[in-house]
Amino acid sequence: MSKLEHHGTYTPTSGVGKWIDARMPLPRLMYDSFVAYPVPRNLNYAYTFGGILSIFLVIQIVTGIVLAMHYVPDATKAFDSVEHIMRDVNSGWLMRYMHQNGAHFFFLAVYLHIFRGLYYGSYKAPRELLWILGCIIYLLMMATAFMGYVLPWGQMSFWGATVITGFFTAFPVIGVPIQELLLGGFAVGDPTLNRFFSLHYLLPFMIAGVVILHVWALHVTGQTNPTGIEVKSKTDTVPFTPYATIKDAFALILFLALYAYFVFYMPNFLGHADNYIPADPMVTPAHIVPEWYFLPFYAILRAITFDIGPITAKLGGVIAMFSAVLVLFVVPWLDTSKVRSAVYRPWYKLAFWLFVINSVFLGWLGSQPAEGVYVALAQLSTAIYFGFFLIVMPVLGLVEKPRRLPNSITEAVLERSAKTGGGSPQLGDATASADKS
Amino acid sequence: MSDANSDDDWPPQIERRDFLFVSTGMMAAVGTAVAVWPFIDAMNPSADVQALATTEVDLEPIAAGQRITVIWRSQPVFIERRTPEQVAQAKADDDSPDLIDPATDASRVKSEEWLVVVGVCTHLGCVPLGQREGDERGEWGGWFCPCHGSHYDTSGRIRRGPAPRNLVVPPYELRDDGTVLIG
Repeated sequence: MSKLEHHGTYTPTSGVGKWIDARMPLPRLMYDSFVAYPVPRNLNYAYTFGGILSIFLVIQIVTGIVLAMHYVPDATKAFDSVEHIMRDVNSGWLMRYMHQNGAHFFFLAVYLHIFRGLYYGSYKAPRELLWILGCIIYLLMMATAFMGYVLPWGQMSFWGATVITGFFTAFPVIGVPIQELLLGGFAVGDPTLNRFFSLHYLLPFMIAGVVILHVWALHVTGQTNPTGIEVKSKTDTVPFTPYATIKDAFALILFLALYAYFVFYMPNFLGHADNYIPADPMVTPAHIVPEWYFLPFYAILRAITFDIGPITAKLGGVIAMFSAVLVLFVVPWLDTSKVRSAVYRPWYKLAFWLFVINSVFLGWLGSQPAEGVYVALAQLSTAIYFGFFLIVMPVLGLVEKPRRLPNSITEAVLERSAKTGGGSPQLGDATASADKS
Repeated sequence: MSDANSDDDWPPQIERRDFLFVSTGMMAAVGTAVAVWPFIDAMNPSADVQALATTEVDLEPIAAGQRITVIWRSQPVFIERRTPEQVAQAKADDDSPDLIDPATDASRVKSEEWLVVVGVCTHLGCVPLGQREGDERGEWGGWFCPCHGSHYDTSGRIRRGPAPRNLVVPPYELRDDGTVLIG
């Protein structure tokens, strides 16, 4: 956006509008950020998930506030209070199913959003902080989802909490005291449930805060686009409203339709039947499986079955799992390519899709028992996961010969519409006239 | 320190003001730490949780080869009255090279007959199978953790799988009246 520093065009017409604008220009900020704000003209539907995610944060917070009015965070009452919500509270079933499935769709959207960023090189300079803020949101989402999953106090809730807090015991000396600090006891119990409820209520508002920083950073640097070329002139952009607004809205409706199908027709499809058994601290379910959005990391955790020097297999697994998330933070510095978008990087494009397939495969492995051939496959798949970030990203940027880049977004758009024989003449005319001005 | 380039000012003089800055900063840091600590410590196990730290169990009704589960500090504790064969097997394995956390059977019991271990897998805290009739007991006839496939032997030692340590032996006391006091 360097060349096209956006200057506010907001002009309040009413007396009240002028009065507010002179004192606290919030309407001006909104207008400049979401109405007149210029976005690249070639954004595709992969760029609509940011908007979808913000709507889902709102859905989760609103349904969550209602649920918290009926839920009881007490080890003897929590499970029953959830059933009370399901059976007795007016629309309680809807609030709960929206909240439960909302978490799944929140993660679906965030993964598509992250993959889009990886494909189009959205993390590259000058958007490193924007990317890191996104990684922080993702981490907070994982913590929130984990603690929320404990609240219904079913078998999976209880044992999921046991396994996850058990990660900390992998660290020598400080591990057990840290686990007892987190649990408020020697095992998962009432104090654990209470504090998880408190934090589960807090974290979404912290997410909202970081989302504001994320959007702020986005509006400083401007959006990337499928070509990866920075906006150079006004013809490269269209105003956020109506162009991006209507595109985001359409994508949101499609996404919400899929979400609604799950909420109304298969609300428990993505959950585990075991979580409808009340928590029993004396009996571990035969198969503890996390929710699908954690499965790739779970597979990585279990893939480390060997000691590495003084690092036990257990500690190694925990380190590998945390590293799998933390490696995202340094992606802007791992990718050495000067070209941003995979569209112009034939080898990176191939590597990217292999990475996507491998991630899904890791997820599937995470749902399988950790024995026999699955262990070897998980080790291979984990190696590919880290190989993509630590080897392919730095090396490919140095050896790959990228395709010729167009000179501008406008040129890329017109080239494409000429090739497909389609395109809209009005658009071309508009561009021409805009060029003259 | 009026002019940084003048030689008179080198080495820099430590002034009273520098001392005040450093001491104020340190006081602020210590004060913050002291103020934050109660908030963190409030998350540690509370007095009532710590008070439930002993459990007494009558061992009389347990037959040879039988296992029972009792609760100590809200965690399961496995008590087994081992058969002579199980004891012999555990002892025979004392020098086995596949012990991940080597320990002799004698070091893990107070009386050969009684094995008392915390029933929490040392990997990530699941409760291993083997307490009930028909449960999978793993390859060494002890316990098997279904979460990530750890096998324990008849002395509660880890033999295969991701768990790094043997099942923990809690502090306990076998009393003359046929009871055990755990904790």
